Amino acid sequence: MTATLTPQPKRTDDRARRIVLLPDRPVRPGDRDTVVGERLPVPAALLAEGVTKRFQVERKKPPVIAIAGVTMRLDRGEIRGVLGANGSGKSTLIRLFSGLLTLDEGRVEVFGHDIVRDELAVKRLINRVSVDAAFFKKLSPLENLAFAARLYGLDARRAKRESIEILGRLGISEKRVGRPIEQMSRGMQQKVAIARALLTSPALLLLDEPTTGLDPRSKLDVQGFIADLRTTHDATIVLTTHDLDEADRLCDRITVLDRGRTVVEGTPTELKALVAADHGGTESLENVFMTYTGRSLDADVEEDADDDTTERR
Amino acid sequence: MAILAHEMKASFAFIERNFNLTKRYWGWEVAFLVYALAGALSVTLIGADQGSRRLIFSLMIGAIFWNYLSVIFSFIAETIAWERWEGTLEYTMMAPVRRYSQLLGSTLYAILYALIHTAFILVVLVLFFGLDLSHADLVTAAIFMLVGSVSFVGIGMMAAILPLLYVERGAQMTFVLQSVLLLISGVYYSIDVLPGWMQVASRFSPATYILDGVRKALIEGVSIGALWGDVWPLVVMGIALIPLGLWAFGRAERYAKRTGKLKRVG
Repeated sequence: MTATLTPQPKRTDDRARRIVLLPDRPVRPGDRDTVVGERLPVPAALLAEGVTKRFQVERKKPPVIAIAGVTMRLDRGEIRGVLGANGSGKSTLIRLFSGLLTLDEGRVEVFGHDIVRDELAVKRLINRVSVDAAFFKKLSPLENLAFAARLYGLDARRAKRESIEILGRLGISEKRVGRPIEQMSRGMQQKVAIARALLTSPALLLLDEPTTGLDPRSKLDVQGFIADLRTTHDATIVLTTHDLDEADRLCDRITVLDRGRTVVEGTPTELKALVAADHGGTESLENVFMTYTGRSLDADVEEDADDDTTERR
Repeated sequence: MAILAHEMKASFAFIERNFNLTKRYWGWEVAFLVYALAGALSVTLIGADQGSRRLIFSLMIGAIFWNYLSVIFSFIAETIAWERWEGTLEYTMMAPVRRYSQLLGSTLYAILYALIHTAFILVVLVLFFGLDLSHADLVTAAIFMLVGSVSFVGIGMMAAILPLLYVERGAQMTFVLQSVLLLISGVYYSIDVLPGWMQVASRFSPATYILDGVRKALIEGVSIGALWGDVWPLVVMGIALIPLGLWAFGRAERYAKRTGKLKRVG
């Protein structure tokens, strides 16, 4: 069952994709860029068409389809929520967008750059925060951020200054930035992960369950920061989450995945109204989730078997 | 030029990060250094026990230079394994950095670290045994170290692939490979005492030529010109193994991305 509440994006022509660079301002409906006197369509912040990924789990068995023909288009500045049960393919999709997994079928473009052909260009535009903050835990936040800054070609002194400023905004004081990350709580570590991503000024930020496992205070801090990211940093965000209130509050549009397929897509308001009209019940994202994934959220969270069980095997 | 500057900056990122890690794990660094020093002293004391000055030199060179080569090998070969354990592998692989820049940074730090480590042990052993190096050809020994490092880097790059391909067993396989190199390269004995098939295998280990060249340079004062038979295999291995290592690493990375093996485990 697939329900799409908006028309699917049209593919931009090859010539446009080759020469249109990252626009320096948010895209508005009907917006166009002029390049060498021509009017060309502004590329999507993220364009995925027919993305498919399979994993060979056992030799003599057919491959498991983790992602099946997913298509989505994000305009600049959009926050797109991706919901789905554990094993539905959320994290696999994020990894495909990150270039950490190769595509079996389909294509992905980030601001007009093909993720396969222009790998380095895409890498410069994106960053990712995953559910488990990945750091050298013996190193301090400042040392980890300095490493990231150099990888992304930033000036070391400027990066240090900005790191302290960003960490400060996230509630990590200057006296703590020199201590090993292993001494910090999980919530603090996740804030450092977000600071690291922010330091590189990604045009597209991939957030894979950034608030899972955080205490309510830390969760609110991180959610507030995600909301700020769009306004202050003009970032386009893909957010996977199990927190439906979070998705409702933060996301402009939501894609629900089930067994690797897009089953519905729309704004939170549209989805809630659609499900309430077609299936009855209250207008809530939980109702949407239950309707399209066929399982309760509580049961899903309790399993806590990461999205990528298939990958791990 | 801008690309080169960016890649150099990226290489330096790995040097700086590894330096910071060394600082943070200083307790372990001291422990490893003491263990390496004690090992080199213990082995070399066998020569003192036998009353043979030549044996003392031979064992000392074996212990010190094997330490140097194995530190380089471990650093490079375990680059991926460390990142996997720390959970940073995906982050590093996502960064806009060419793989050769990453491996260059890790390699340069490995060589620098190994040089300092080895120099310390060498000084202590020379003082401990009161060795006279006035007849040694130090330049030739340094050339063997340099050329040998390059070929060891190539092997290290290929060994680094193993933790990419085999999530859990890769690091174990790297360790086994290092052990085999120790066995067949004549570190503490002449390769002539090995069974025939092992002697054949020893010809494929750069350590065999490095140790032979360094021993002749330091014990007999033989100059580089007379050791061409040990130099050319190292040059050939260096020229062949580094591009081969980079190519193989690229293939392994693509395989890992196809099969989902970059993901954190544990």
